Amino acid sequence: MNTLFEYLVRLGDDSLILGHRLSEWCGHGPILEEDIAMTNIALDLVGQATSILKYAGEVEGKGRSEDDIAFLRYEREYKNALLVEQPNDDFGVTMMRQFLFDAFRKPLFEQLTQSSDEQLAAIAEKSLKETKYHLKHSAEWVIRLGDGTDESHDRVQSALNDLWRYTDELFFTDEVDADLEAKGIIFSSEELKASWSEMVKNVLNQATLTIPDNGWQHDGGRRGLHSEHLGYILAELQYMQRAYPGMEW
Amino acid sequence: MANNEWPLWEVFIRSKQGLSHKHVGSLRAADAEMAVENARDVYTRRSEGISIWVVESNNVHASHPTEADSLFEPAHSKVYRHPTFYDVPDGIEHM
Amino acid sequence: MAELNIQELERRFQEKIDNDIRIEPNDWMPERYRQTLIRQISQHAHSEIVGMLPEGNWITRAPNLRRKAVLLAKVQDEAGHGLYLYSATETLGADREETIDDLHSGKAKYSSIFNYPTLSWADMGAVGWLVDGAAIMNQVPLCRCSYGPYARAMVRVCKEESFHQRQGFEIMMKLAAGSEEQKAMAQDALNRFWWPALMMFGPPDADSKHTAQSMAWKIKRNTNDELRQQMVDITVPQAEMIGLTIPDPDLKWNEEKGGYDFGEIDWDEFWNVVKGNGPCNKERVEARRKAKENGEWVREAANAYAAKQKMKKAS
Ligand SMILES: [Fe+2]
Ligand SMILES: [Fe+2]
Ligand SMILES: [Fe+2]
Repeated sequence: MNTLFEYLVRLGDDSLILGHRLSEWCGHGPILEEDIAMTNIALDLVGQATSILKYAGEVEGKGRSEDDIAFLRYEREYKNALLVEQPNDDFGVTMMRQFLFDAFRKPLFEQLTQSSDEQLAAIAEKSLKETKYHLKHSAEWVIRLGDGTDESHDRVQSALNDLWRYTDELFFTDEVDADLEAKGIIFSSEELKASWSEMVKNVLNQATLTIPDNGWQHDGGRRGLHSEHLGYILAELQYMQRAYPGMEW
Repeated sequence: MANNEWPLWEVFIRSKQGLSHKHVGSLRAADAEMAVENARDVYTRRSEGISIWVVESNNVHASHPTEADSLFEPAHSKVYRHPTFYDVPDGIEHM
Repeated sequence: MAELNIQELERRFQEKIDNDIRIEPNDWMPERYRQTLIRQISQHAHSEIVGMLPEGNWITRAPNLRRKAVLLAKVQDEAGHGLYLYSATETLGADREETIDDLHSGKAKYSSIFNYPTLSWADMGAVGWLVDGAAIMNQVPLCRCSYGPYARAMVRVCKEESFHQRQGFEIMMKLAAGSEEQKAMAQDALNRFWWPALMMFGPPDADSKHTAQSMAWKIKRNTNDELRQQMVDITVPQAEMIGLTIPDPDLKWNEEKGGYDFGEIDWDEFWNVVKGNGPCNKERVEARRKAKENGEWVREAANAYAAKQKMKKAS
């Protein structure tokens, strides 16, 4: 197995699928200013997906472009974490999902700037700047909603309760990670989890939210076992490429 | 508050180092932190800025247009404040 | 200072306008000027915001990553335009959320073009090329409009618009040079959007009740028919260049006037859509109303949090 390719697909799919979810908000945000803000984050994520999957195609060496990889795989070949494919639901769920994800991606990209793989390090450098802003934005919203009104507190607490079961998967590792860690391309997932936990605790605390008991945790995304939601995302994402195979746009 | 409308903020952007902040427009935000972020997303999407000021609109105090005559016209007659008022003979340089 | 009578104020106001001196927010202005501007600018703002929906409809289905990013950025710009324009109405004393409520209640209008559905990817091309094209044609003269904040908003908007039309034309160009299916898709989109795009300039001058006063106030700088003619003259050669056919059998170059003669616009259809009977009127307003309604608790929470923080700081 080409472990770097596999890793890049996991990384890229997180951006691709979350970007897709966020872009569903475009035109429907809770206020104009936030509509624009969410679209900016979606644009950053689509941009990340583009550069990461492009690099994945190069690493694979079979002549696949970023679009081939993004649009022309089957469900089981998508490797995003389950968290990012969860539906937008209300703004509270969207921001909580975003925060839990951003709090993972910031330390991840920080690590990856040190990668022995120069291309990956460069991608991480650029993505880190974007992600720092995303995290600031989502953390502030989680705090505002948590410590806002009773209604917003309840909504965002229940979002947290529902999404918590998908957080462990962010730190999922298997032989892919072990191989790349040995080569200095990626770094310890335990350290990652430690920074994530600290950030999450700190922000949820300010938000007056209660961290749920660490009950059952789902995984599968990294091995291509998804929730039913992903199929519908792909039905939209791939519609044009499937309906008009092999054409240029 | 009707509609739960957020306060209005005036946005000032420094487009590059060496220039002063310039008024570019307004937006709505619940607090200053949000106002700065919204200003970033609304007014600097095409790299228009490197620094942002936001001021809650009701903190801006303006001169009144009906007083413009008495405020600004008296300066018009004080031409001696401008260097062009003075004669400098030919041959004098660096002045 | 002696109170000036209203005739004198109006005379001075019109003198300023005639001398191309911009009117600024706190300047004296006739109440009808203020009201007309609020109506015109907020209608324009509503059009930008409602206009996000037909294109937003294809973001998740864009055919590749580049097109997806471009479309996202384009639709986002429209939100920005709406925002700049609402800001301009606020300088006239109109409250943004109240203005928006008028849209949701059906009291305020927006451009009827956005009540047509986007049925294929080619519609993203047709909308950018024709709808943004028509909008630019409408808006460029407004950069010289007599009301300062509106004119400045338009300068900003026009700068951003230029990529909108190009990305749309690029989509069309690519399709027109593509497979048979792609060509057909492009032609079909042009067929559906051509006439509604020409309607965007509003009713014929003979039936346009606001034109004369608005021209005198310089909040409108060309008549509807002038702009429409300009649009046809500019667009026809573009269509020819990429091998698409304008769906108008009466279209003919008129050497004498140096422009195209074109067929009769179906004004019944136009008024019908304006009255709310377009294919998507209901869905468009409903989507915006829902967005506001679903955001209510969010805006309330942010206010509550800000108030708590202020209290904390004060104590
Ligand atoms: Fe626009
Ligand atoms: Fe526009
Ligand atoms: Fe546009």
